[in-house]
Amino acid sequence: MKRVLLAATAAVGVFLAAASPEARTVRWSAAGDPNTMDPHSQNLGTVTMVLSQIYEPLIKRDQNLALEPGLATAWRQLEPNRWRFELRRGVTFHDGSAFAADDVVFSITRALAPTSNYGIFVDTVEKAEKVDDFTVDIITKIPDPILPSKIASVYIMDREWSERNNVTQPQNTRAREETHTVRNTNGTGPFRLTVREPDVRTVMVRNDRWWGWSDPKNVSNVTEIVYRPIASDATRIAALLSGEIDFVLDPPLQDLERLKRAQGVTVLEGPEIRTIFFAMDVHRDELLYSNVKGRNPFKDLRVRQALYHAIDIEAIRTRVMRGQAVVTGTFFPPQVNGYSKAEDVRLPFNPDRARQLLAEAGYPQGFEVTLDCPNNRYINDEQICQAVAAMWTRIGVRTSLNAMPLANFFPKIQREDTSIYLLGWGVPTLDALYSFQSLLATRDGAPGNGIWNYGRYSNPRMDALINTMKNELDREKRTAAIHEALRLYREDVPHIPLHHQMIPWAVRSNISIPHQANNQPQFRFVRVN
Amino acid sequence: MFAFIVSRLLQALPVMLTVSLISFAMFAYVGDPVAIMLGQDYTEAQRQALIRDLGLDQPFFVQFWEFLKNAAQGNFGLSYRLARPVSDLILERMPATLELSFSAAFLALAIGVPMGVYTGLYRESWLSRLFLTISLIGVSLPTFLIGILLILIFAVTLGILPSFGRGETVLVGGWWTTGFLTASGLKALILPSVTLGLFQMTLIMRLVRSEMLEVLRTDYIKFARARGLTNRAIHFGHALKNTLVPVITITGLQLGAIIAFAIVTETVFQWPGMGLLFIQAVANADIPIMAAYLMMIALLFVLINLVVDLLYYLVDPRLRGSLIGSAR
Repeated sequence: MKRVLLAATAAVGVFLAAASPEARTVRWSAAGDPNTMDPHSQNLGTVTMVLSQIYEPLIKRDQNLALEPGLATAWRQLEPNRWRFELRRGVTFHDGSAFAADDVVFSITRALAPTSNYGIFVDTVEKAEKVDDFTVDIITKIPDPILPSKIASVYIMDREWSERNNVTQPQNTRAREETHTVRNTNGTGPFRLTVREPDVRTVMVRNDRWWGWSDPKNVSNVTEIVYRPIASDATRIAALLSGEIDFVLDPPLQDLERLKRAQGVTVLEGPEIRTIFFAMDVHRDELLYSNVKGRNPFKDLRVRQALYHAIDIEAIRTRVMRGQAVVTGTFFPPQVNGYSKAEDVRLPFNPDRARQLLAEAGYPQGFEVTLDCPNNRYINDEQICQAVAAMWTRIGVRTSLNAMPLANFFPKIQREDTSIYLLGWGVPTLDALYSFQSLLATRDGAPGNGIWNYGRYSNPRMDALINTMKNELDREKRTAAIHEALRLYREDVPHIPLHHQMIPWAVRSNISIPHQANNQPQFRFVRVN
Repeated sequence: MFAFIVSRLLQALPVMLTVSLISFAMFAYVGDPVAIMLGQDYTEAQRQALIRDLGLDQPFFVQFWEFLKNAAQGNFGLSYRLARPVSDLILERMPATLELSFSAAFLALAIGVPMGVYTGLYRESWLSRLFLTISLIGVSLPTFLIGILLILIFAVTLGILPSFGRGETVLVGGWWTTGFLTASGLKALILPSVTLGLFQMTLIMRLVRSEMLEVLRTDYIKFARARGLTNRAIHFGHALKNTLVPVITITGLQLGAIIAFAIVTETVFQWPGMGLLFIQAVANADIPIMAAYLMMIALLFVLINLVVDLLYYLVDPRLRGSLIGSAR
């Protein structure tokens, strides 16, 4: 009875709150729901987009993804292997306890745990050391020139709260019970979690005690954020048009024209930090899924160039992606440190040249191959593959398409059970090393090296340049190494790049929100007018 | 009667064992949950550790036996995606699906039976012809299209009904959440129930109609009319009751299908029920949820068939006699 009364009172309360002029609620929707509230257990966009309103890292990113002080006010590299962070004073967690160095040491250690999915951001970190209550040193195993951009993705938790609730380790799947952090949080951020109903709604309210409200850049007047996942594309757009939802993070491309014409709705267009490309098996002596016996056509540079020349990228950009793509000749977008416009040049669309190259390489009749492709992961992924398969068939490389859901696609390519596949690559550290190391370094078993290099591309010159990127502390020398590696990328064609995705957002016109290329809205910048 | 019920329940066991064995065998093909759980950045050591923790490195029959042992105690493990006990998840979502299904079935019966009777009695009237034509729409349009059309008309254009969700729900009895007690809950129930129930409504209407037409030609109806019974007594006292046997069979089976496979409707309306949970589990290779759901559906169909058989005895006097005879 008490619960019925409580629920009824809450319902009335919500109604009153919504009706009162002080309440500024933003109802936000996307297709997926975050599956956990633990800040270190799942490094997925749907999880971080919600948690980034609640938890904060030592260093934040602004709407242009530039680094700015977060829970740390200053940082510098004391010695090659030691970075010193000075912490912000007067910060409290949502439960009232004070933020200090112990919490930072605890959080970094937690991110280093074997069950943490954020290891990539602390891959060079040996440990964190408390110097005094508001100073922490991070000691690295090797000199790491880009530690700050990586530490910007590690959320800080409250040590006492975590110990009290038995969550000192990120999600442990061996446990038979649900851990506290799956549905509960205690962060320092501008919003705090009040309701968490998985797959139904997640409600956050403004944290009036947040340290950042005094900074004029944080213009938000939002008092409540209600996140409602809506899996069906049509329903999500209908809810935006009917006014039940204020902000849709992932409007489907075919609805953009309708949304642009609709009254009261604005479409924000912007690039995403995700590049779509094809990768090939370049190490087997004979391809698994081809009719060519005794040799591997993809080992020949001319064949790779032929496939590249065969792609009519304008057709893909205009017809398949409906204009929502930024054509590219490299494999990460301009916002990533190390990008070089000079090296962002495509091989032009030239099917005659493609056929010529194939003939020169010894395949005048072409050959057959199977293309593996996900069908529910990237924007219009299956349609891109269908178009490209047709383009390759036209020059003689008869391509059959094997499209499958992500749950089947990832395991297949991870087993290296593929000859050529599509991949979309994001750069959470916003630095080129991440892409080079994961995708192009020789897969020699060392941590991080080529962990997504399923075609086993291996080039000693590339490996040497990647090593320089890892260790070189001098900015200019490091950037020069990256640019040289990009040049090598252009010459050696380890991938066939297509485009950077563009990720439109749709909002009701009374809401102002800056578009972010990492597809992570920051509600501290959102205003309801 | 008791022996009859017990024997039917015992028959349920081999059915459920077979269902779980077949579904377990299929799970090897749905994809790799570990790949989904780990995202883009992970080490090989992490992957192997996760595989060991989830018991995925064991041979098939060991995994199946572990599953059965736990299932018998009501423990279906933790969902891979949500890291919460599967039994909690299913119990949380069940009220939503059951309320939706029963509302849809109720609408289908409440509208389908009277419409069927009317079109059976007054075959030539224009209203009958209109009903029959409109009902064709119910069977020929796919569910998701009906759902989206209704959303477009009532939510986007007219703005009088919500396009998704359950509205405000009230917690009763400790765990059941109901949408029947709030205005927004009832409003949210309308469009999904109509979408889900439209096919059944048409089916029941046409079934009742054809059964009525047949029964009205039988001898005992002719004799009742000759005896001078009122039309009302004949139509509703005798004819309708005799049409009900096949209607009950179909409705029972359809109800099972509605509950089990309201997936499309739940996806279109983002209805937080078991169907939506199941389809998300399939996309994420969340095997514990899939296994528990399929077993539960098997049990559901067995129970519904049992209830349908019992209802026959209530409705058909011929069968009742034989049952009393067997008890003696």
